Amino acid sequence: MRIQFKTSYDHDIRLFKDGWQAFLYIALLALMVVLPWLIDDFFLGEATNVLIWATCGLGLMLLTGQTGQVSLGHSAFMAMGCYACVLLMEAGVPFILAFPLGGVITGLVGALIAIPALKLHGVYLAIATLALAILTDDLIVMLEPWTGGVAGKFAPAIEVFGLEINRWSSPAAWYYMALIVVLVVTLFYRNLLRAPMGRAFAAVRDSEISAQAMGVNIARTKTIAFGISAGITGLGGALMGLFAEVFNNETFTFIISIQLLMMIVVGGLGFIHGAFLGAIVIAFLPQVLSIATDSLGSTVAIPGLETGVFGLIMILFILFEPMGLYGRWLKIRTFLELFPFARKDMFRRQKSYLKTERLR
Amino acid sequence: MSLLTLDNVTLRFGGLTAVNRLSMTVDEGEVFALVGPNGAGKSTVFNLISRFYTPVEGRITFDGTDLLRLAPDEVPSLGIARTFQNIELFDQATVLDNLLVGRHRHRRTTLVEQMLHLPSVRREERAHREAVEEVIDFLDLQPYRNKRIAGLPYGVRKVVEMGRALASKPRLLLLDEPASGLSVEETQNMRWWIDDIRRQMGITVLMVEHDMGLVSKVCDRVLALADGAKLAEGTPQEVQNHPAVIEAYLGTGDAA
Ligand SMILES: Nc1ncnc2c1ncn2[C@@H]1O[C@H](COP(=O)(O)OP(=O)(O)OP(=O)(O)O)[C@@H](O)[C@H]1O
Ligand SMILES: [Mg+2]
Repeated sequence: MRIQFKTSYDHDIRLFKDGWQAFLYIALLALMVVLPWLIDDFFLGEATNVLIWATCGLGLMLLTGQTGQVSLGHSAFMAMGCYACVLLMEAGVPFILAFPLGGVITGLVGALIAIPALKLHGVYLAIATLALAILTDDLIVMLEPWTGGVAGKFAPAIEVFGLEINRWSSPAAWYYMALIVVLVVTLFYRNLLRAPMGRAFAAVRDSEISAQAMGVNIARTKTIAFGISAGITGLGGALMGLFAEVFNNETFTFIISIQLLMMIVVGGLGFIHGAFLGAIVIAFLPQVLSIATDSLGSTVAIPGLETGVFGLIMILFILFEPMGLYGRWLKIRTFLELFPFARKDMFRRQKSYLKTERLR
Repeated sequence: MSLLTLDNVTLRFGGLTAVNRLSMTVDEGEVFALVGPNGAGKSTVFNLISRFYTPVEGRITFDGTDLLRLAPDEVPSLGIARTFQNIELFDQATVLDNLLVGRHRHRRTTLVEQMLHLPSVRREERAHREAVEEVIDFLDLQPYRNKRIAGLPYGVRKVVEMGRALASKPRLLLLDEPASGLSVEETQNMRWWIDDIRRQMGITVLMVEHDMGLVSKVCDRVLALADGAKLAEGTPQEVQNHPAVIEAYLGTGDAA
């Protein structure tokens, strides 16, 4: 077990706790950078997909994991980010501007939507946001002249500083683009967590009443969380649509929202790592399942199998490992560090329940 | 000089009058206790000051400012901090982060500055941490600094909650039953802390407490409530020996 000696306040403010941790993350980053040389184009595409899901997941994580507001409406923000970005590109705005602008527009819409949703808690908020997702699906169909409706839209070619980014001719460039986006989002996320805003998010999540007594404006904090969350997820949605090359209302159905929520629960609510681990699970599950069904000799695809299996995994996690994959890893790590002194009940679960279930 | 003034304040929950035409003043620099049997309306007075409830009549002023014109989250900016009877901490966050939320009213940086972690943010964070570290030293919380609240014993949580209020550097500290559920030693510590909070930090304290031993040791003045109305007011001895107070306690069978 490593013991950190803290000698200045910066120790707690820095991104990494110590040199060893910084080394680990730099090594991981180096691995991500050389990945295109290590794996073939198919798996590089899968890796890109993981990064895109992780971006969307980070957006929802900020709202649900950090601020405690459950949303089943994030597919709507993915769609908004995607259509905003593509429409701007079609209007002649270069991708390098259209992409962040799409995120900003989605963020502002998300903040606006938050205002009527502020009074809702827990399950009620989940239902209201689910309605938003379904409504957006319909809106995409109805606004056919702009969105292409059911027939969908072809993603325009992406060009950044004269370099064309195409998933077939330059998969590595696509991968790097997704990597840069997710890294920037992660950095912003981390910065928020070590600043007053991030602590206000946690305060609202854990006790609205004492957050208020400490001067946190609940409505404002939730609105900001909604806005930033929608903005990040919008960026992820734009990447997802562009990566798919063709997208329509089906690309962003409410099922995607549910998958996104499952993803962050399985990964570990409240942890940045959770968004990434969940993204790995959700991106590779279809492959694992198709290999499994193939080896069982089944030739026809079973409809709903993916969602069903994923739902089952989520229920198992909620029952047995509410802190998700990342929580499990933390336990394994502590066990190894303390070996052989770890105690069995060290992580015994405290009684916990949703705040909404609590009687005031 | 009076810091906090309640003037003829009444609050009803449906048919129940929880606070009944209550007038009181808390002077700058004193330790003032509210006592009374269960259900007397003590916590309700705190919730009125925190603006969680709005009285049907009466005025509440703090250092000349009309509190009734403020929203609950604006009250701390005047320098009023509080604890809760049933401990309301941020359970999934660490002790350090809980205390840092206490600094919320002192933040000056904008959202964009925070997202980019500009030097201004780091400077401000250092100042916040310096203030919080002082509180950690004062309350001997070093062993729990990076622990999550969810795993901490009751007594420690109680202290953390007081620490969070102190971290905001308030002028008036409201403590709702600071010693309830604490061991004899912990209560003893609480007594020294409250003394130091007043003497060294110059913070005015208004507390609700059932432990009359603690009240008579740390408080300058005591106000006894029963059924939301004032029974008696004065030094701890005067109030404890007041016939109406003895009657109220015996009458409800609550021999606190
Ligand atoms: N939100 C509420 N709605 C309805 N009635 C309430 C509410 N809060 C308090 N009361 C009632 O108001 C009265 C005063 O309650 P309060 O919590 O202020 O008592 P207290 O003096 O703090 O008692 P204790 O010593 O038990 O903490 C009680 O009868 C209580 O049941
Ligand atoms: Mg009470």
